[in-house]
Amino acid sequence: MWTGRFPPVMATHVSNWGNFPVVEADLRSPGGAGQMARLLADAPQAVVRGMGRSYGDASLGPYILSSLKLNKILALDADEGTVTCQAGVTLADLLEVFVPRGWFLPVSPGTKFITVGGAIAADVHGKNHHAEGSFCRHLLRMRLLLADGGEVECSRQTAPDLFETTCGGMGLTGAILDATFSLKKINTAYIREEILEARDLDHIMQLFEASTGWTYSVAWIDCLAQGKNLGRSLLMRGEHAEIPELDSKNKREAPLRLPAKRKRGVPCHLPSWILNRYSVRAFNGLYYRLNARGTRRHIVDYDTFFYPLDFLHDWNRIYGRQGFVQYQFVLPLESSREGLQTVLERIGEKGWGSFLAVLKLFGPQEGLMSFPMEGYTLALDFPVREGLLPFLDELDELVVERGGRIYLAKDARMKQETLWRGYPNTVAFVNRIERWNPDFRFRSRQSSRLGVTP
Amino acid sequence: MSTALILGARSDIAQAVAHRFAKEGFHLQLAARHADQLADAVEDFRIRHQVEAAAYPFDALSFDTHASFFDALDPKPDVVICVFGLLGDPEAARHDFELARRIIDTNFTGAASILAIVADFFADRGSGTIIGISSVAGDRGRQSNYVYGSAKAGFSAFLAGLRNRLAPKGVHVLTVKPGFVHTAMTEGMNLPGALTAEPGKVANDIYAAYKKKKNVIYTLWMWRYVMCVVRSIPEFIFKKMSM
Repeated sequence: MWTGRFPPVMATHVSNWGNFPVVEADLRSPGGAGQMARLLADAPQAVVRGMGRSYGDASLGPYILSSLKLNKILALDADEGTVTCQAGVTLADLLEVFVPRGWFLPVSPGTKFITVGGAIAADVHGKNHHAEGSFCRHLLRMRLLLADGGEVECSRQTAPDLFETTCGGMGLTGAILDATFSLKKINTAYIREEILEARDLDHIMQLFEASTGWTYSVAWIDCLAQGKNLGRSLLMRGEHAEIPELDSKNKREAPLRLPAKRKRGVPCHLPSWILNRYSVRAFNGLYYRLNARGTRRHIVDYDTFFYPLDFLHDWNRIYGRQGFVQYQFVLPLESSREGLQTVLERIGEKGWGSFLAVLKLFGPQEGLMSFPMEGYTLALDFPVREGLLPFLDELDELVVERGGRIYLAKDARMKQETLWRGYPNTVAFVNRIERWNPDFRFRSRQSSRLGVTP
Repeated sequence: MSTALILGARSDIAQAVAHRFAKEGFHLQLAARHADQLADAVEDFRIRHQVEAAAYPFDALSFDTHASFFDALDPKPDVVICVFGLLGDPEAARHDFELARRIIDTNFTGAASILAIVADFFADRGSGTIIGISSVAGDRGRQSNYVYGSAKAGFSAFLAGLRNRLAPKGVHVLTVKPGFVHTAMTEGMNLPGALTAEPGKVANDIYAAYKKKKNVIYTLWMWRYVMCVVRSIPEFIFKKMSM
């Protein structure tokens, strides 16, 4: 290959999915645990990064170790229904390999372009949280590279303290090398989906509560609808389809195979003026009217159901070069109704809502720093602009004073007190990190910003 | 089912090429100096592609072991892909002859040694494909990396000669000339995005060229034209350029 003449420039600009913030970093991609340990030994501090699909600064820092070359699938135990793979394997890889063999992910967020390591570090949730919990509930064991260069295995039985702290621990205990977790048996690659229209906030909450028997549920909410339409939304709920339920002979004959689909991309950053309150309001109104036709039932492939946005590669570019912040919070069940109304009204007044605001009812959650709690979660995108950060601080206050909290995987800007008030286990978490990562060699821009590490 | 032998199997391009061939159902023979470090990769190929995969120790610089290495392979491969190479530090290679010799021996002599053995076997059998990963750096000597470049130039010429010799025997030889690729070899270099390929793209191009029995490919494709321009600059101008 052509090399040379282009002097090694070690610092590159790195940002995660929100394109905000952007940092200068020395980014290395070790090919294995040994190389990772050597790089770690040379670095004053480090953070591990996978696909960079967290939105803010959770996996940013001056010295970044990419896990993407730790991309080996190490074992499939078909009797137990478990897979062991290295931390940099993506959910997309696993789906491609295992769906045709009748296995599905136990939990999947709204994109499949994340790594297993990232799924553990952020203890991600999906449309089945109310029924099946977050990713780490299905995690059986993992192996970590610690700050001192040692490798250690942990599970609920062996070094349970390290295991628990690493689940949702944002990479602060050490670098995850590989992990074993359970898969779910499926008979088809399709989902039996129902779409229900909800005219307002009370209605959608009723529908969620009536849908707890469904494995998957999520709602798209028109966050700019105000007055009597406040909270108008579309609930999507689904179950893995069985073979007789499939709607064509072709599908019944090859129930686990999906025809190849064309992917599209956003070729460049769009100018920021394209998204304004009028265009977004028009889009949301249109999207609602196109889909709101009573109850619709149909069979969709898993890709369309779980990852509608993955078909539009680089969709984050629609927010322009300045980037965007995804704001996701959860409120406890008791304060959800009033809290959602207050927040939605505040967003409506500002006129800064986004398309693709997502509402979901979570079930109970275990874990030290895991984001979910029993209650409603709302996720919205806000393009970065003048006045956004103070506005989000204002929303933070509304959330935290109602006992809620903000999702770390999406956070780029919250204040320290918002974390410490929202996550009651933060003190215990910091103490435990210190045990495994004594000099805070593993730290991120986020962990420093939030005062979890120096 | 066919088998592909990958020489220098630990590199990023080799891994991507192995995935590409395994995806088409090829069984894999993965040869590398530290074959023990391929254990995870072997499992990964088996699980992902449901093909047979095995690792073999192979050192490009131990020329006298090449014949016994190839003899021991069972089954014999249908496709041999020679990926190993060494860039080295181009500045140091100007003055450090030991390093220069290692660069030349890895990229040229080692490849010539093992491929001579493969070529004889394929010629006897009357079938097979040899794929050599050379480099655009071999298309014209430049001050920035002429040791590496001249070894790759030699390798390109060697492959061209093999192609000429083996064509009548039903054996195909494909020369691959990658431009910039995002790999461990180039990590940290500031590469121009439009001219830089991911290893997966290189692997796709190689597989497509193998299927179509192409002779020489550049990957990314525009490098053919970039190098056409680089080659056409008159020497009296070229020698004064900073390339």
